[in-house]
Amino acid sequence: MSDAAHLLVHDAVDISHGVILYLEGISVSFDGFKALNDLNLTIDAGELRCIIGPNGAGKTTMMDVITGKTRPDEGRCFFGQTIDLTTLREAEIAHAGIGRKFQKPTIFENLSVFENLELALKMDKRARTSLFAWLMDDQRDKISDTLKQIRLDHEAERPAGLLSHGQKQWLEIGMLLVQDPKLLLLDEPVAGMTDDETARTGELFKSLAGKHSLVVVEHDMAFIEQLGGKVTVLHEGAVLAEGDLATVQNDERVIEVYLGR
Amino acid sequence: MSRFFIAFFCWLTFSAHASIDPALVKQLAAEESDDKIAAILKIAETAEPEALTILQSLADGTLIAPDGSEIMLNNRIRGVLANAIAGLRLFDGDAKVRRAAAQELQTNVSLEMAPLLGKAIAQEGNDKIKALLVAAYAQANLSSPDVAQRLAAVQVLGEYASRNTRSLLLPLAKEEGEADAAVRAAAIQSLKVVESRLAVGETLGRVFSGLSLGSILLLAALGLAITYGVMGVINMAHGELLMVGAYATYLVQSLFRSHFPAWIDAYVLAALPVAFFAAAAVGIVLERTVIRRLYGRPLETLLATWGLSLILIQAARVLFGAQNVELANPEWMSGGVELMAGLVLPWNRIAIIGFSLFVLLLVWLLMNKTRLGMFVRAVTQNRPMAGCVGVHTAKIDTLAFGLGAGIAGLGGVALSQIANVGPDMGQGYIVDSFMVVVLGGVGQLAGAVWAALGLGVFTKFLEGWAGAVIAKIVVLVFIIIFIQKRPQGLFALKGRFVES
Amino acid sequence: MRTPLTIRFLQATPKSGWVALVLCAVLAFVVMPLLHLAVPPESPFHVSTYVITLAGKIMCYAIVAVAMDLIWGYAGILSLGHGLFFALGGYAFGMYLMRQIGRDGSYQSDLPDFMVFLDWKELPWYWTGSDSFLWALFLAVALPGLVAFIFGFFAFRSRIKGVYFSIITQALTFAAMLLFFRNETGFGGNNGFTDFKRILGYSITSPEMRVILFSLSAALLMATLLVGRYLVVSKFGRVLAAIRDAESRTMFLGYNPLWYKLAIWTFSAMLCGLAGALYVPQVGIINPSEMSAANSIEIAIWAAVGGRGTLIGPVIGAAIVNLSKSFFTQAFPDYWLFFLGALFVGVTLWLPDGVAGLWRKWRNRA
Repeated sequence: MSDAAHLLVHDAVDISHGVILYLEGISVSFDGFKALNDLNLTIDAGELRCIIGPNGAGKTTMMDVITGKTRPDEGRCFFGQTIDLTTLREAEIAHAGIGRKFQKPTIFENLSVFENLELALKMDKRARTSLFAWLMDDQRDKISDTLKQIRLDHEAERPAGLLSHGQKQWLEIGMLLVQDPKLLLLDEPVAGMTDDETARTGELFKSLAGKHSLVVVEHDMAFIEQLGGKVTVLHEGAVLAEGDLATVQNDERVIEVYLGR
Repeated sequence: MSRFFIAFFCWLTFSAHASIDPALVKQLAAEESDDKIAAILKIAETAEPEALTILQSLADGTLIAPDGSEIMLNNRIRGVLANAIAGLRLFDGDAKVRRAAAQELQTNVSLEMAPLLGKAIAQEGNDKIKALLVAAYAQANLSSPDVAQRLAAVQVLGEYASRNTRSLLLPLAKEEGEADAAVRAAAIQSLKVVESRLAVGETLGRVFSGLSLGSILLLAALGLAITYGVMGVINMAHGELLMVGAYATYLVQSLFRSHFPAWIDAYVLAALPVAFFAAAAVGIVLERTVIRRLYGRPLETLLATWGLSLILIQAARVLFGAQNVELANPEWMSGGVELMAGLVLPWNRIAIIGFSLFVLLLVWLLMNKTRLGMFVRAVTQNRPMAGCVGVHTAKIDTLAFGLGAGIAGLGGVALSQIANVGPDMGQGYIVDSFMVVVLGGVGQLAGAVWAALGLGVFTKFLEGWAGAVIAKIVVLVFIIIFIQKRPQGLFALKGRFVES
Repeated sequence: MRTPLTIRFLQATPKSGWVALVLCAVLAFVVMPLLHLAVPPESPFHVSTYVITLAGKIMCYAIVAVAMDLIWGYAGILSLGHGLFFALGGYAFGMYLMRQIGRDGSYQSDLPDFMVFLDWKELPWYWTGSDSFLWALFLAVALPGLVAFIFGFFAFRSRIKGVYFSIITQALTFAAMLLFFRNETGFGGNNGFTDFKRILGYSITSPEMRVILFSLSAALLMATLLVGRYLVVSKFGRVLAAIRDAESRTMFLGYNPLWYKLAIWTFSAMLCGLAGALYVPQVGIINPSEMSAANSIEIAIWAAVGGRGTLIGPVIGAAIVNLSKSFFTQAFPDYWLFFLGALFVGVTLWLPDGVAGLWRKWRNRA
C-alpha cells in the first residue's frame, strides 16, 4: 500500500504559498509530561532556520513529529500545501522529500562510505526493484560529487565505522544530500567537529539554502551566527521567541530561560 | 443338606443375632438375586445394630451359606448392600460416621431405601446431616408409584443443586420419563433452579482454577520479569530454575521422611528457603559464568541459556532419573472446602494463591522499599545513567538475577504441590511466563500481576468452552494479536527513551 | 551503461567458490550414486543405504540452516519457529505420500489408516488434490510461505523485533504442534504420517529412488546457496544489512523495512518447506514433534556453529551438529544433551563467528 503512495507524492510538494512546512498547534505528551505544547512553526521554502532551546525544550520531539516517528496527540503538520505528514509513515515522508540527520550520527558502520551513500541515493526504494537494481553511471557520478563535497573522496572504500566522529557527521550529511530532499532536518550537525570542520559545514549549509530548506538544531552560538538565518527559541514545548540572532539574544524571556531565575 | 443348614443356624445363634428373623438371614443365601436383595433390604429396615454386623460380614465375604459355600454377590447386589450398610450407619452414635454415610447415600438410592431413610430423618438431630438425608429421601422417592410422593420429591430436589440431581431430574422433565404433567412441570421448575445454581458454581469454579493457574504463572513470570527488565535478556533456563526448586522440595521431603517423620507435614515450609537459595545459587552461577559475558547480545543470550536449560534437564535426569519423582501433599494441604454444591476449593490451590500473593508482596516491598530495589529500578530504567551515579551495575545484575532465580525456585515449591515433578517440568513454562511478561509490559510489576491472573482465568474459561488444546492455541493467537496493538504491553512506558 | 546482472554476480563470488561448487556437484551427482548403485556391497568402496540416507537428510537440514542464515545472519531476525515451516512442507508432501499408499495400508482402504481408525468416511476438504504430485509440491512451498507471510506481515508491521520476535515465533510453532497433535486436525495426530510406499508409483525404498532423493537434496542445497549468494550481494542484501544495523536510519532514507523483512522471511520459510518435502520421503516419517520448540532452536545452533552471515558456514554447522548427534545418540546417549547444551553455550561465548570465522582467522594469519 505504502509503496504506491510515496511514489505519488514524490516531487509534488506544493510550495505555491512560499511555505514548505507548517506545524499548527502540535501537542505531544508522554505519560503526562508535555513534550510539545501547542507548537506553531512555519518554515519558508529555501529558508535556513536555526532552532535553539534548553534541554527538554522539545527540539528532538518536534523532529520526531515531522519525520513520522512520533504521532502528535493534537495539531496539524503539513509539508507544503497538500501533504499531511501525520498520516504518512517514516519511509513515505522520506520519499516526499524530508531528510533527517540524527543527533547521534547514525550511519551503517559495517558498510563502506560509498555503500552508505549508494543506499541513501534518490531512487526507487521498493524491495522488489532492489533485487535487480544496479548503479547507473550518472548515479555513480552523483555519489563521487557528493564524496568530494563532504571531503570523503579518499575514504570511499573504508568501512564507515572507522571514520572519525566529525567525518561520520559529514557522511550523514552527505547521505541527506544524495537523497536530494526539499527539506533537511539537522539535529546538532557540528557536535564533535573541529572548528575548521564546523566552519566548512557552515559554508556548505549556506550554499544549500535557497535550493533546499534547512532546519538546524544547534547549541553552538558561533555556528548559528555564521549561518545567519532566522532563529527560533523553543521552551517547554512551545515557541518562546523568533527573529534574527541579535533580537533573540536580547529578548528578556530568552535570557531568563537560559540563565535561570 | 440339612446338616449344613443347621450348622449355619447354630453359628447364627452363637453370634447372638436374636432380634433378626433367622428366615431372613437364610434368605441371604437364596438362589435368586432378587430374593437376596429383598432380604438385605428387610434386614436393613430393622435398623438394629445386629443388622449392620450381618450385612457387613456379607459384604466382607465372611458370611457362610447353609451349604458352607460362599454367598455369591453380583454388582447389583453389592450396590444395594453398600447402600443398606450406609443406611444402617445412619443410626451410629458418632455424627462423623452418620455424616459420611449420608454423603454416600447421595447417589444411586433406590425406592426400597425410603423407609429406612424416613426412620433416620425422624431421629436425626444434626441439621446438616438431616439436610443430606432429606435429599437422599427425595431421591429414593423419585421412583415411587405415588404421584404425590414423586411431586414432593421433585420439589425437594430443586433445593439440592448438584450434577447428580440434574441427571436425576432430567428424565422426569420429559414425557417418556414421567407420565404425570404436574410432576413434569415441577421437575422442569426444579431443574431450572438446579441448573442456574450449578452454572454459578461452575463459573466460580472456573474463576478459582483460573486464579490458581494465574498465580502459578505469576510465580513463574515474576522472576523472569525482573531479569528481563534489568538486563533485557530472556533466560530460557528460567523454567529449569522452577525445576530446581521442585527437586529441592523433593529432597527436603526425603530428608524429613527419613529423619523427622513426626514433622513431615512441615516439610513444605522447610523447603521454601532451601528451594529459594538452591535456585538462586544456580541462577547466580549461570549469570556469572555465561549471561554476563553476553551482555548486549540478547539473541545469543537466548541461545546460550537454552543450552544451559538442556544441561540442567539432563543433569536432573542423571541425578534423579528420567521418571517423575513422587511428592505428597502435607496433611493440611489435602482435601478442600466445599463452598457450595459442585464447588470444592482444594486446599493446595488455595495455599498456592495465598503463597503467590505473599511472594508478590515480598517482591513489591523489596523493589519499592529497599536500596537494592531502588538500584534495580534505576538499572532497569537507565543503565548507563545508573552506572554514572555510582550504582554497581554488575553487582546489581547478579543480585537481580539471583533474586529472579530464587523466586522461580519458590514457584517450583508451589508447582511441586499440584503438578508432576520431573526433569522436563520446566519446559512448558517458559513460553507461558514470557507471554505474561510481554502482556504485562517490561519491568511492570502491576502489569505482570494483571496479565498472569487475566491469562489464567481467560485460559480456564476457554478450556471449559473449547478444550485445553484449542484454548492454548487461542491464547497464543490472542497474545500475538495483542502485541500488534500494544507492542509495549498493557502498562507501557512511553517517551523518547523507549526504543531508539 | 550497466553491467549485466550475471557478470556482476559472477564477479561478486570468488573463483574458489565456483570450483568448490563444481566439485560438490560431481561428488553428489556422479560419485556417490555410482558408489551406491554400481559398486557391490562387499567392496570397501560401497556407499551403504545408511550413509546415502544420512547424507541426504543432513543436506535437507543444511538447506534449512542456510534459510536460517538468510534471516538471522543477514537480516538479524532470529526465528525460533523455522521447524514449523520445515514440518509444514513435510506434512504437505506427506499427504501425497499417504495417498500413494493406496489400498496397501493395514485396513486396505482408500483412506489413510489413521482416518479409518478415527472412523472417518471421506477425506477432509483440505486433503483435496493431495493425490497429485505437483499439487503436493506446490503446497509444500506455498503453505509455509503463506503462513510466514501472514505472520510476518503482522509482526513486522508492528515492529516486533529482537527477543520479542524470537519468542513469538516459538509460541507460533508451539501452538501449531499442539494443533497437529490432535487427532481431529486430520494429520494423524501423535503418530503423524509413516509407512510410505511409493513416489509417482515407484517404490520409495529402492536404491534408485534413494539416490534420486539424495541427488535432489544436493541440487536444492546448491541452488539455495547460489540464490542466497545472489540475494546477499544484491542491493536487496545490502538494504537488509542496513536494516539489521540501523533500522530507523534506513526508514528515514525512504526504505520501508516491512517489505524487505517480509520478503526474506517468506523466502526463508519457503526454502524450509521445500527442504521438509525432500526430507520426509528420505526418513520415512513426519510427526508433530518436528514442530517442537527444541527442534527449531537447534536450527539456530547449526547456523551459529558454522558461522552466521557466511551461507556456507551453516551448511558445515548442520553437518557437524547432526553427525555428532548420530554419533552421540548411538555411543553415549546420556551425554548428547550435555554436549548439545555445551555447544550452545560454547559457540555463543567463544565462537561468535562459528567455524567459518575460525577458518577466516586462520587464513588471515597464514
